[in-house]
Amino acid sequence: MTDLATYNFAYLDEQTKRMIRRAILKAIAIPGYQVPFASREMPMPYGWGTGGVQVTASIIGPEDVLKVIDQGADDTTNAVSIRAFFQKVANVAVTTHTKDATIIQTRHRIPEQKLAEGQVLVYQVPIPEPLRFLEPRETETRKMHALEEYGLMHVKLYEDIAHNGRISKTYAYPVKVAGRYVMDPSPTPKFDNPKMHMSEALQLFGAGREKRIYAVPPYTEVVSLDFEDYPFEIQKFEQPCALCGAQGVYLDEVVLDDKGGRMFVCSDTDHCEDRREHGHAGEMLAQNKEAAE
Amino acid sequence: MNIKTQALSGGFQEPVFESQGVFRMLMNGMARPGTIHIITTDIGQPEPLGEAAGAIALTLCDHDTPTWLSAGLLKSPVAEWIGFHTGAPITREKAESRFAFVEAGVAPSSFGLFAAGTQEYPDRSTTLVIEITALGQGPALTLKGPGIQQATTVKLKGLPEVFPRLWADNRALFPRGVDVILTAGKSLLCLPRTTNIAFQ
Repeated sequence: MTDLATYNFAYLDEQTKRMIRRAILKAIAIPGYQVPFASREMPMPYGWGTGGVQVTASIIGPEDVLKVIDQGADDTTNAVSIRAFFQKVANVAVTTHTKDATIIQTRHRIPEQKLAEGQVLVYQVPIPEPLRFLEPRETETRKMHALEEYGLMHVKLYEDIAHNGRISKTYAYPVKVAGRYVMDPSPTPKFDNPKMHMSEALQLFGAGREKRIYAVPPYTEVVSLDFEDYPFEIQKFEQPCALCGAQGVYLDEVVLDDKGGRMFVCSDTDHCEDRREHGHAGEMLAQNKEAAE
Repeated sequence: MNIKTQALSGGFQEPVFESQGVFRMLMNGMARPGTIHIITTDIGQPEPLGEAAGAIALTLCDHDTPTWLSAGLLKSPVAEWIGFHTGAPITREKAESRFAFVEAGVAPSSFGLFAAGTQEYPDRSTTLVIEITALGQGPALTLKGPGIQQATTVKLKGLPEVFPRLWADNRALFPRGVDVILTAGKSLLCLPRTTNIAFQ
């Protein structure tokens, strides 16, 4: 069988990569500002991470080691297919271990393990404009960013408190980057917001359908918006992970039966596996062992 | 070698991988202002363009990026070399340039005529590539800002005397402003518009 048509390294043509690379450099130079770019059709539907894929394709080289996560997991459809895509079109090494990766493409989580200098975190972003649900017109939101006019966002957070007694936003919680631009951290749980602050890793954000790229350089202030009397708080979990016993990590709820049975497990699968390998065991894991015996 | 053959020679041997390598240096440089990166590829660029400056042109310039050259570069084979290898149109209008290259020993009198972007679109600004004598030698400067933990010190030799004033003016425009890449031979160092520089 003859080979099918071969693609350029990392799928994108060189002119597209140059265009995206120029956008990335400007994005880093203006932290939190959304740089428009000529997003391309990718061989996957919008909503599957076409923005993140284009950013990764433009920065990746043969020496890189790629990790892809979807809601913290390495083994879900989106993560598996994007990882396979880059293995095929760029022939790069892939890993599930956070510490071994040079580029981590993520959908809606930041790994639990602290990222190191030299690592790049690439976010897949559905709606990059934090003000979009408050003001649908792009011309207006542009002007609001230009004038640093973020009163509307504070009104929204205040109305949350007036209605619910607390700020009810739990994901895509708006942040202010380097004291200037209000930015949507993509739909990560607000639990992850503190990890963006003064991160040692470079963070790049790609929105394919909305055609925007933005960035947070390492060691940059990322402050979640709040009020003095209603300070920003992250989610707290009452129990540890049912499999590895980890505390202070983000947990997913898994429904076990139709009688109200449920378990809470780490959303970061690599972190959970690593802990279990090192002998940590949660409640349910011990039960499983006993059942097997 | 006459002017024509100089313009046609050189370039990347492996355009895909070498441009990726140079871009990663630029990306890491912009993300960590003050870090010095060394170009390892031989690109055979004509004088007086430096290796790093030439590699930046090959990596980032194309038909979408009008490029401005300082007087010394403009009358050398560099203009034709950039045109042949990248397809970038050479412009005499600073305001419409996406990239500007300045040879060593020439001080731009102002950044004011280069594109600084608009308040709505501050990304539509010129990136200046300025050749100086040496990076890592000479008077020390302290840098602060995004990408830098606390503060970092860099030594720059041959920085134009007017640079502190130009940079102060540029900082005052934020979020508008130009971004600067300093080059010296094979080495480069990035100064995005967010970086505060304390000159001793």
